Amino acid sequence: MNSIYEVYQALSMIERALVFLVLAPIAGGLLAGLDRKLSARLQGRYGPPVRQPFFDVLKLFQKERIVVNKFQNFNIVLFFIFTVLSGALFFAGSDLLMVIFGLALAGTFFILAGFSVGSPYSHLGAEREVIQMVAYEPMVILVAVGMYQVTGSFKVAELVQHQTPLILYLPGIFAGFLYILTIKFRKSPFDLSMSHHAHQEIVRGITTEFSGPALALIEITHWYENVVLLGMVYLFFGFNPWIALVVSLATYVFEIFIDMNYARFKWQLTFASTWIFTAVAAISNIVVLSFLK
Amino acid sequence: MGWFKRSPWVLHYNATSCNGCDTEVIVSLTPLYDLERFGIMNTGNPKHADILLATGSVNEKSVQVLKNLYDQMPNPKVIVAVGLCAISGCVFQDCYNVMGGVDKVLPVDVYVPGCAARPEAIIDGVLKACDILEEKYEQQKKKRG
Repeated sequence: MNSIYEVYQALSMIERALVFLVLAPIAGGLLAGLDRKLSARLQGRYGPPVRQPFFDVLKLFQKERIVVNKFQNFNIVLFFIFTVLSGALFFAGSDLLMVIFGLALAGTFFILAGFSVGSPYSHLGAEREVIQMVAYEPMVILVAVGMYQVTGSFKVAELVQHQTPLILYLPGIFAGFLYILTIKFRKSPFDLSMSHHAHQEIVRGITTEFSGPALALIEITHWYENVVLLGMVYLFFGFNPWIALVVSLATYVFEIFIDMNYARFKWQLTFASTWIFTAVAAISNIVVLSFLK
Repeated sequence: MGWFKRSPWVLHYNATSCNGCDTEVIVSLTPLYDLERFGIMNTGNPKHADILLATGSVNEKSVQVLKNLYDQMPNPKVIVAVGLCAISGCVFQDCYNVMGGVDKVLPVDVYVPGCAARPEAIIDGVLKACDILEEKYEQQKKKRG
């Protein structure tokens, strides 16, 4: 059962990071394909093949490059690099706080990319992305805080091999993390800034002015990000790899169900509900934990 | 080989159509016909689109928008004229403000006949357009050398 961890420990940090760099986009793309297939089935449609996201990305790389502002693609490349870097750090077993701040920095570059072009739809999308970030970021940091309280370490390599099940100590934190995962996966009801579905009230939000290769890069970055986030779900169940893998996948399917069942929220409701949920679930969990220890 | 056949993204513009063809375009996205099973997605954004589905007899006002949308699409791109109005102007072709078909203003690649065009015909037209996209991509590659 623990053979996964034996393999993990046998690899050096650089090797772990390289494995992540190669496997994460494949896993992320297949997850995105699963998302589209499952969404279609839930709507009574046949749906595209599971490999469809790869076709989309390959096609986008063949399209013409249109640049409105010469800095727009620079920001997207930085968004890509910082997401991949923090993902590599995460899977190499490095500091969890570092990973979280790396992801936040990547998100900032994505917002800057949205603001660097002239389209008002893109600006509106970027403004909404700022609001989303303010809404989810406290919860992401509280995940690291809660895990530190239980294990006394921020190192992912130690968190994942912690013998006691973290989920038993951090049920509130896990619930809060599930809540903000909907924002991070860009699912309804929180897909304000851009959406994978055909809601078009702000055209395509933050990605309106990005076409061809830049859009493909955004999509690949999104795959990497999804894998890192599911990795964070894994940490809660690290005591048993099989349970952890199943729960990570189940979390993704759960988010698809949420996506299908809700209409889009307004930004006020998104912001208020996320912070209230964070306060009730996560902070109370941390307070209770501090009394127990 | 190109990947356009596997993932053509469609932009739909109503150039003063009666909405008959437009509803048929939307109908082809519904569970019964499900365009998405071919990887075809309906986007609202010309910068993401490969195929422009134009409906309606183009008039003096909508021609600017149509041209603008076409110019914003990245190459390679294809235009599909959906319905009789988009093909020739149909009964409106003698009106003083009507251009008489999309091909009077932009290079149309596929014509989908019908009043209103049937969803099956539209799907067929879009799949024909995919082949033309592939051809255009090949030509583009040759030109670049």
